Amino acid sequence: MGSQVFLQHLANGISLGSLYALLAIGYTMVYGILRLINFAHGDIFMFGTYMAYYAITSFMLPWWLSFILAILLTVIFGVMVERSAYKPLRNSPRISVMISAIGASFLIENVAIVVFGGRPKTFPVPEMFAKVLSLGEVSIVSVTLYTPVITLLLLALLLYVVNKTKTGMAMRAVSKDYEAARLMGIDVNRIISFTFAMGSGLAAVGGIMWGMKYPTLLPLMGMMPGLKCFIAAVVGGIGDIRGAVLGGFILGLSEIMIIAFFPALTGYRDAIAFVLLIVILLVKPTGLMGQNLTEKV
Amino acid sequence: MKKHVALLLVFMLGLATLLTGCGGTTEQASEESDVIKIGIFEPMTGANAAGGEMEVEGIKLANELYPEVLGKKVELVIADNKSDKVEAANAATMLVDKEKVSAVIGSWGSSFSIAAGPIFKDAGIPAVGASCTNPLVTMGNEYYSRVCFIDSFQGTVMANYAYNELGAKRVAIIQEISSDYSVGLVKYFEEAFVGFTGSEDSIIGKASYNTGDQDFTAQLTNIKELNPDAIFAPGNYTEGALLVKQARELGIDVPFIATDTWEAPEFLEIGGESVEGAVFSTFFTTEVPITDESEKFLKAYREKYDKEPASVTALGYDAYLVILNAIEQSGSTDPAEINKFISQTKDFEGAAGMISLDPNGDAIKSAVIKEVKDGEFKYLTVVEPIQ
Repeated sequence: MGSQVFLQHLANGISLGSLYALLAIGYTMVYGILRLINFAHGDIFMFGTYMAYYAITSFMLPWWLSFILAILLTVIFGVMVERSAYKPLRNSPRISVMISAIGASFLIENVAIVVFGGRPKTFPVPEMFAKVLSLGEVSIVSVTLYTPVITLLLLALLLYVVNKTKTGMAMRAVSKDYEAARLMGIDVNRIISFTFAMGSGLAAVGGIMWGMKYPTLLPLMGMMPGLKCFIAAVVGGIGDIRGAVLGGFILGLSEIMIIAFFPALTGYRDAIAFVLLIVILLVKPTGLMGQNLTEKV
Repeated sequence: MKKHVALLLVFMLGLATLLTGCGGTTEQASEESDVIKIGIFEPMTGANAAGGEMEVEGIKLANELYPEVLGKKVELVIADNKSDKVEAANAATMLVDKEKVSAVIGSWGSSFSIAAGPIFKDAGIPAVGASCTNPLVTMGNEYYSRVCFIDSFQGTVMANYAYNELGAKRVAIIQEISSDYSVGLVKYFEEAFVGFTGSEDSIIGKASYNTGDQDFTAQLTNIKELNPDAIFAPGNYTEGALLVKQARELGIDVPFIATDTWEAPEFLEIGGESVEGAVFSTFFTTEVPITDESEKFLKAYREKYDKEPASVTALGYDAYLVILNAIEQSGSTDPAEINKFISQTKDFEGAAGMISLDPNGDAIKSAVIKEVKDGEFKYLTVVEPIQ
């Protein structure tokens, strides 16, 4: 295998990894604040992709406007899901909220089959994202180049919001101690809504980038990426935003590299993520960048 | 606010159950005695939904043209196998246990038919496949027949095309490893192609992917290194279109060849310009109507849908006619009797050609080769069956 081929594999892996990373951030943020695994995250991602699709094809909007609209609609949708499925259970045991999350996920998927239809739709990829660039023997589509850049930009933005702004401080407070944060006069519900809004916005960006890379839209398209990105978040250390990005890249790269170097294992592609999960849980249960938390007694 | 949102969601849930409920149950309740129920076992949702829908179009059209048999109304009952092998068994069980159908048509996608085969066999309900081409569908199952050719023929046809028409000497194969259909075809293609070239080394590489995969860049990058003359990639149209698209983006410019499952409008939509020049074998072409029934079918279809039918639509139509013919000849609604007459089908005039079933229940038919050109499926040639 020549170095060109290796570079091509590397480019493929980074492009897949950055898509995983975008989604994993959303998982990790919600978990960080609420200690809740938002199983509907993959479906919110699907919703975002469909919104962009309809904005471009049905309303004939220019692509950038469609994307902004899709992100806004997805944010509203994500907050709606939080209000209806999670907020009423705020004081219930954690397991109830998790079951509610699974329920919300199934509901969204099945309503989507009815509303959007079961036949695959084709995402209209704007010209500037579909260009094929050749660098020597390595050829990549321009969207592959944009995705990691966007992922890293959003990561920087998020780190800024969480670490430097007042809302971010409130978010960190809520994540450390929910009750105490409330006693200190923090509007916990507003902070949680804000977290969901950001997570959903990221899911929408992820969905749009995904749609441009793999332009088939299906109501169940969020299921597998959703699961894998959850794993990416756990691998990186759930609750840690940088960890989620790292986990996403590790997952994307290992998937591509394993298929590239051990073609016989292709059939186990989806299993790779789960094997990675088991290994991480055995070796370092808090994830690569997670901190050890002492259980409160 | 919270209440309203919750109410809205509950309403949507109710709507969803209502709408999906319709798919599973009969459209109108009638007296047991004056209707004959025929089950439609097809993927209506999921990755293969377009395939299922195209076949159902044909079945429904046939039902409109021939709504009655033995003086009884024929009622179609749709069971969605959701493009999933596990769901396929559930859907089949629903048809035989709950709906008590007299016969079943389907499915697009051999894997689902193979999964449901034992259920139809145990219940003694005859099933007629429209476009499921894997030999295992009917093998060892006297209750499963089909109105299309099988993959041992189709694989050979494409190997012949690659060797003689494309002049390919070194071919790479990409298979959908979780699909019985694709793996079977690859085996027949390989045997035939090695037979033509006389060298085991003529298959220079083999890569796999899973049903539902969207990223094929790792496999394609490896294949590009091998520099094949052509790539044989039988599998679903969704994955197929993405595969060809990514291959072109990686700078692979050799011809792609495949089989009947690529003939779906989604293949053209998803693939766009990338799939230009893709060649595949299929069952039927509207350019050369074969029988009087073809003319009738084409006329009715064009009137109703105002477009050209796909091959599998014609086959869905034929499967319905074969069952109706068997019911008429047997003069009974007893599934075992119907099955006996289905297996005796000989020189029956269908829309996609004359249908004669061999002892396995497979139709002996010619294959059509089509090419993607200017965003449409264009007819190239006909290949006669090997007798």
